[in-house]
Amino acid sequence: MKINNVILRTVTKISVFIILTLAVYLFFAGHNSPGGGFIAGLVLAAAFVLLFLVYDMDTIRKGIPIDFKKIAAFGAFLAVGTGFGAFVFDVPFLTQSFDYFEVPFFGEVELSTVTIFEAGVSFAVVGVVITIILSISEDV
Amino acid sequence: METLMIILTGVLVTIATYLVLSKSVIRVILGTAVYSHAAHLLIITMGGLKTGNVPILGDEDISTFVDPLPQALILTSIVISFAVTALVLVLAYRAYQTLGTDNMEELRGSKYE
Amino acid sequence: MGTLNFIVLIPFLAAIFIPLFYKKGSRLHIGLLPMIVAVSLFIYLLTYIPQIANGKTFLHTISWIPSYGINFTTYLDGLSLILALLITGIGTLVILYSIYYLSENEQLGHFYTYLMLFMGAMLGVVLSDNMMGLYVFWELTSISSFLLIAFWYQRKRSREGAQKSLLITVSGGFGMLVGFLMIYSMTGTMSVREVIQIMPGMTDHGLFVPAMLLILLGAFTKSAQFPFHIWLPDAMEAPTPVSAYLHSATMVKAGIYLVARFTPVFGGDGIWFWVVTGVGLFTLFWGSFQAVRQTDLKALLAFSTVSQLGMIMSMFGMGSVALNFGYSTESVFYSQATFAALFHLVNHSTFKGALFMVVGIVDHEVGTRDIRRLGGLATIMPITFTISLIGSFSMAGLPPFNGFLSKEMFFQAAVDITELGLFHMDTIGNLIPILAWVASIFTFVYSMIIVFQTFLGPYREERLERPASEGPGGMLISPVILAAFVVLIFFMPNVLGNYIIRPAVESVFPTLAAEVDLGVKISAWHGLNTALWMTIGVIVLGILLYSFPKAWRWIYAIFPTGWSLNSLYNFTLEQGVKFSRTFTNGYMTGLLRHYMMYIYLFFIVLVAGAFILTGSYDFTISGNAEISTFEWIIAMTLIIAAVSILFAKSRLTAILLNSVLGYGVALFFVIFRAPDLALTQMVIETVTTVLFLVAYYFLPEWKREKETRRINMSKLFVSIGVGATFTVVALAVQNNRLFERISTYFENSYELAGGRNIVNTILSDFRGFDTMLEVVVLLIAGLGVYSIIKLKAGKRGDKLENQ
Repeated sequence: MKINNVILRTVTKISVFIILTLAVYLFFAGHNSPGGGFIAGLVLAAAFVLLFLVYDMDTIRKGIPIDFKKIAAFGAFLAVGTGFGAFVFDVPFLTQSFDYFEVPFFGEVELSTVTIFEAGVSFAVVGVVITIILSISEDV
Repeated sequence: METLMIILTGVLVTIATYLVLSKSVIRVILGTAVYSHAAHLLIITMGGLKTGNVPILGDEDISTFVDPLPQALILTSIVISFAVTALVLVLAYRAYQTLGTDNMEELRGSKYE
Repeated sequence: MGTLNFIVLIPFLAAIFIPLFYKKGSRLHIGLLPMIVAVSLFIYLLTYIPQIANGKTFLHTISWIPSYGINFTTYLDGLSLILALLITGIGTLVILYSIYYLSENEQLGHFYTYLMLFMGAMLGVVLSDNMMGLYVFWELTSISSFLLIAFWYQRKRSREGAQKSLLITVSGGFGMLVGFLMIYSMTGTMSVREVIQIMPGMTDHGLFVPAMLLILLGAFTKSAQFPFHIWLPDAMEAPTPVSAYLHSATMVKAGIYLVARFTPVFGGDGIWFWVVTGVGLFTLFWGSFQAVRQTDLKALLAFSTVSQLGMIMSMFGMGSVALNFGYSTESVFYSQATFAALFHLVNHSTFKGALFMVVGIVDHEVGTRDIRRLGGLATIMPITFTISLIGSFSMAGLPPFNGFLSKEMFFQAAVDITELGLFHMDTIGNLIPILAWVASIFTFVYSMIIVFQTFLGPYREERLERPASEGPGGMLISPVILAAFVVLIFFMPNVLGNYIIRPAVESVFPTLAAEVDLGVKISAWHGLNTALWMTIGVIVLGILLYSFPKAWRWIYAIFPTGWSLNSLYNFTLEQGVKFSRTFTNGYMTGLLRHYMMYIYLFFIVLVAGAFILTGSYDFTISGNAEISTFEWIIAMTLIIAAVSILFAKSRLTAILLNSVLGYGVALFFVIFRAPDLALTQMVIETVTTVLFLVAYYFLPEWKREKETRRINMSKLFVSIGVGATFTVVALAVQNNRLFERISTYFENSYELAGGRNIVNTILSDFRGFDTMLEVVVLLIAGLGVYSIIKLKAGKRGDKLENQ
């Protein structure tokens, strides 16, 4: 799929960063306002899909040398792992905890084990979505 | 509004059923995609529509929210249905590649020829 | 968690570890681990004897599904202990024996795994107090028996024998399950102990007799009682250690255990007495009658096992009348039959185990078990000969072996029962001792056949597969130990009687045990009474029949060969397969559309039918939220887009129309105050569209469907039917709320989970488990897509299959 579209490429270069930033924002905002692991993962995946569509496969492969299958597996492991992590503190499976801390400049910040779980979800979503799309499109 | 939404989902279900009964695999897959849209709309309708605020806690003076539970269910469902659609698509594609057809009648297997 | 529960679990754990142990290629024999497990369990159980003999019982519970009364409860009393000791004790000997019996080339890992699985399941059966637990372990023994019979699965007969045993025992077990459920509905408890306390007051309940008969069905199929005995001879295709262990010493005794366990529940009832005694006696007769005509030693032993099991069963039937009298001297008198039954249960395990092992040694050494080819082995295999002599004479009921004692007690019980003034005993009751006596003559005859036709007579080496020699020392240990017990029990029966059998009788008759000592003094010499005269008669007639077989063998010709129970079984099986094949081929057309049609039509008929019948299709629009113009526009757009998909000329149009639907749904999510959903739907729709585009790039062009008018009409009809039913149901449901919404709980998300976004906290906190599994599902789908695309198994997988 060789696409020669200068306008699209230029727009993509800028918009991908906006999308990526949005993804990170959504991820951290998730607990208190719209967003969360799923959405962040999907938006992240959408950014990559855009890249793959606009540029050809090999260029992106070189630019982002990541094996997305491993990302997916890592994400699932992280999500399941936080569940087992609860056992260490002798509470039921998947029990999450949270607390608030005072951090300079940012003021009161909430730290929660949910974030780790959510990170796992995001990684899994990104990994799987990209793996699916890449496997199909690579198989010519 | 609820009645309108339910009639809309009814139409979607009718269309989806018709698609699923088709001969071509592509139509069948498209049918399942339409089914999931219908299901999502139905679930959110069942939670009651526009009965409260966005289910995000914030202002103290807002105390009624729309039902968050259907929303959580749908969120899960959306992602799963994406995964399933992808899997079925790939299955169809692979079957087409190996067998050279996407016609359900020809995919029946040799026993009934 | 109680130690008793561990006793049941340890063999299962061992079963898990055996394959790991096996893979290591260690020089220790693989059978060592199971043997250590069995012997340590046996020794551990031995330590319970003193306490059990003093009337103590042990109970441990692990909650499983407490709301339905289903728990993993173990209960150890005299009755469980006697069987648990047999299971572990005989198990140890059998494993020791099989270490020498099976060659290194066999799949030993499988063998010992199955054997441990069986041991655990069998311990579970006898130690479970909960009926559901009992049932689960019961079926597990059937399954492990199936696996062990089919151990040499390359042989057709092994597979058929395994199938037969599984079909018969599992269907019986299923009947038993229904019986248990009936008891549960009557008493409201799953615990056997509690049922025993409640049940005697419910004999008039309508389900009392059905439940009893169904539980007996389970017991009879498992213990190979007539007419379900046909699976046991076929099960002899299993390796001999398995036959010795499962099909003579332990598993087939599970049915007897069940009868004993439920005697305090149903005992004292006339139907129970007649069914158990009658079936037992007839099985005793039929088994011994059939055993005499067998030429294969193992088949002969199989029928003899059937017969002996029938004998034990009938004694339990006779003993059960004791419960009819309440506490009185009479009830103690009749309870002696149960004592005899348990005594014979132990004796049978010792001599029959020894005999099976002997047959295994003979088969192992000379390569055949056909008595027409065997003969004259006594001088070549003296130890084997001695053991088989002890075993057979004990089985025939001769002194000085333990079989004599229990056989005498059996005759005594059969004579005693005729004095019972109940259950029409005065008319047909006299048949009981006669049938018992006739069957014992045949028992005597086949016991003689085992010893004399194998070990005496001319030795004809040309008829054997290989020249005979004495079996290896290791193989002889187990049968020698068992034979030693046969003799030892004869001389010291009261040790066994007092410490092991008396507590077991007490657990069969808990009400009587509280009042009086149920122990029986066993003595070899008890005067010249009827029972002894019966034995003398058996010996005299038995010798005559054995010496002149030609004079009476014509009896067997009376029974036509084509009309056996086996041909009935085969006919049923064949017809069943044929019928289900025709039936299945009738509707499994291989066409997706037909399958979907079935589902849709059922949906329409059932749901719409139920709606019309119950008249629940009412709805109002009064409580609805108002609709703005904007919403009207979106809804109409969606409807138009959806309908247009059907008429789309190209696949690209269809995909885009589908996307219109998706984005429209996202817009609705915005309107319905669901920002998370709207975001997700928006992104997912984009990615899905890309996915469709990529996939369709490879798929064929969207063709116009060429269908007949009739098919198109039926499709349209079904679709509209489904859509209409769906709409009506949804409307009715929307307007009728049965429960309070539960979401108010989640609205405390900030305090409970530290998040203000309720939807998000539900996903990641309250219902984190669902989300976790969802991630896993996603991963599986991803892996599925990847492997479907990347792993090509050659052209139609030919390479893989031909490897």
